[in-house]
Amino acid sequence: MYLANTGRPDAPPRPPGARRRVPATVIALGAVSLVTDVSSEMVTAVLPLYLVLGLGLSPLQFGFLDGMFNGATALVRLLGGRLADRGGRHKRVAGAGYLLSALSRLGLLLADGATAGIAGSLAADRIGKGVRTAPRDALISLSGPPETLGRAFGVHRAMDTTGALLGPLAAFAVLWATADAYDAVFAVSFCTGLLGVLLLVLYVPPAPAGASGPSAPAAPPVGPTPLARTALRDPAFRRILYAASLLGAATIGDSFLYLLIQRALDLPAALFPLLPLGAAAGYLLLAVPAGRIADRVGRRLPFLAGHTALLGAYAVLLLPVARPTLAVVPVLLAVFYASTDGVLMALAGPVLPAHRRAGGLAVLQTGQALARLLGAAGFGAAWTFWGRGPALGTAALALAAALAAAWRILPASPTAPDTTQEAL
Amino acid sequence: MNPRATRPRRLRRLLLVLLAVLLLGGGSLGYVLHARHRGLPAAAADGSFSLAEPGLYYRDSATGRVARHDGAGGPPATGGPACERFHAAGERVLCLRKLPGIPARTQALVLDRRLREIQRVTVPGIPNRARVSASGNVLSWTAFAVGDSYAATGFSTRTSLLDLRTGYLVKSMEDIPLTIDGTRYHAPDVNYWGVTFAADDNRFYATVSTRGRTHLVEGDLRNWSARALRENVECPSLSPDNTRIAFKKVSDDLAAPWRLYVLDLADLREHPLAETRSVDDQAAWLDDGTVGYALPGREGRADDIWSVPADGTGRPRLLVPGGSSPAAAN
Repeated sequence: MYLANTGRPDAPPRPPGARRRVPATVIALGAVSLVTDVSSEMVTAVLPLYLVLGLGLSPLQFGFLDGMFNGATALVRLLGGRLADRGGRHKRVAGAGYLLSALSRLGLLLADGATAGIAGSLAADRIGKGVRTAPRDALISLSGPPETLGRAFGVHRAMDTTGALLGPLAAFAVLWATADAYDAVFAVSFCTGLLGVLLLVLYVPPAPAGASGPSAPAAPPVGPTPLARTALRDPAFRRILYAASLLGAATIGDSFLYLLIQRALDLPAALFPLLPLGAAAGYLLLAVPAGRIADRVGRRLPFLAGHTALLGAYAVLLLPVARPTLAVVPVLLAVFYASTDGVLMALAGPVLPAHRRAGGLAVLQTGQALARLLGAAGFGAAWTFWGRGPALGTAALALAAALAAAWRILPASPTAPDTTQEAL
Repeated sequence: MNPRATRPRRLRRLLLVLLAVLLLGGGSLGYVLHARHRGLPAAAADGSFSLAEPGLYYRDSATGRVARHDGAGGPPATGGPACERFHAAGERVLCLRKLPGIPARTQALVLDRRLREIQRVTVPGIPNRARVSASGNVLSWTAFAVGDSYAATGFSTRTSLLDLRTGYLVKSMEDIPLTIDGTRYHAPDVNYWGVTFAADDNRFYATVSTRGRTHLVEGDLRNWSARALRENVECPSLSPDNTRIAFKKVSDDLAAPWRLYVLDLADLREHPLAETRSVDDQAAWLDDGTVGYALPGREGRADDIWSVPADGTGRPRLLVPGGSSPAAAN
């Protein structure tokens, strides 16, 4: 059922949040993401230990390696989106990304502790992750009618997060069973990654005809006009991009938030990993309900409300509240992610024409990621120069201002059929 | 939901997935079982190996076991105990091993020179530094605590001290009363690492890190106190004649963050050594004029042991390819 979100006039007006089945494409992509996340989080969970113990890398070097690769992902993501739009090759480009990440585990296995091999494998993994994200999200957004996209993304993100939670458990189980054989973790991760690729190949249909069909020139983005410019030309998309970037620049980053909780609670180091775990579990539970609400009331409100929840988290950390109250911070963070991450894709997807969707989403994700990087760096500097309290106060003010601005910038109801039609 | 996918095609697809799950699952299981069977490297030393003979002992990178370097250029004597970090002096051997499982734990194994076990202590973290006093009476080791947000929050260390004469064990010395610039210092973020002992088995030196700075501290075991002497000194190592300290110092060069220096305790003047590469190790004095240290290995080896004159002259020399944790025993 390729109900491409062209806002078909003959589509019967369904009550919002109708009990309709989630498109098979979404379930398939969710399963692929789940299996892939088990594979990648297995490695992520043991990598610090492996690098520091196995390689004698200092924490400083490890942080540097990690940050460098994260920065490079942004550019690769743009490329992935652009490649996918050319001739509607979403599935192939996403598949190549998944395959590259799976093969990178084999690289870790064969590197056998050699620094260059490990760095190369990590780079390959990040490239694969960067390449696949935008085509995958474009496939999700093309899989069903626009008014159900919130739920579709919610389902996908919930499955994705499930994998992220299972991965570390699987890794620790392997380490426990093998008396710390890190290579066994890499081997199992490789096999799991391959399974993800196979699921994609067998169960995910290629992008619907609208994403490459005759309605679009054979290869529209090639040539003098870069894709980003064509997507940026659309005023509705531009508004979403501005709002998301503005809000992104006012976020301080999870690790700082967790650090603030740890400082406030004087949490023992052993309990520290529970904070992100708690937030992820909350995200997992809230992703689908948040998506459904977004389908019912429009995506703008939940997106803004999610950032208000983040503002609430800052406030709780700023105010002299009782220590147990701080437990709401991970909950607020879960609300923030559930009502902004997939919802933003559902907000922007319908605005973009099908044959430019992957590229457009890539621009949006990259813009948001870079803005967040900037926000976290700014907060880090403010913390160093002004101290914790003033830095957080400033961040809260900035977020409040960004929220007010986003309220005005964001188009009122970008999911309404007529707006969609216009954008197409 | 491909409408063209008819029933037999769906069935075939499902069978393919099941087959893949079986194959990949079987492969995973096989690898895990293989790795499990492989297990830990032989923990105990071969009967023929001991530290009775003088020479340069070290950890062999390929096997993870202690070996002895034959100064004459012959083949090394192998088959010592398996250790992540190792040091030996006087009558005692200190072998740090990482215990399997999560969270990471370090086992400090105290042996005599015939490799008979004297004591074993388990602390949280992964093995990082090991030192035995010249007499073998006092020992210290450091373990890294690794969290999930390792890069974001920096690292923390836990340094233990063990006095074999009294059996007195301090699992973490972070509560030792510390004086910086003449005043008693209190902070929750103090981290100690890299202890080195003087010949009297009482005075010791170590690095303390707090609020983003590192200090060289001089400690007193009996009075249980420490005072900061100097900033930007890490992993001190006292010379056999107790007059100088070799240490690593943070440089401005990002490509080579740590450089080796020697500090003269008489006038507190320091000079750089001829090694220009970054050294992330606690140096070990091979004699009163030479220090040894491990660097990332060449040609695919995990590490190599190098030596350099302590007076700043000369040039680094590759001492043991594929080794770390050097300890000169006489």
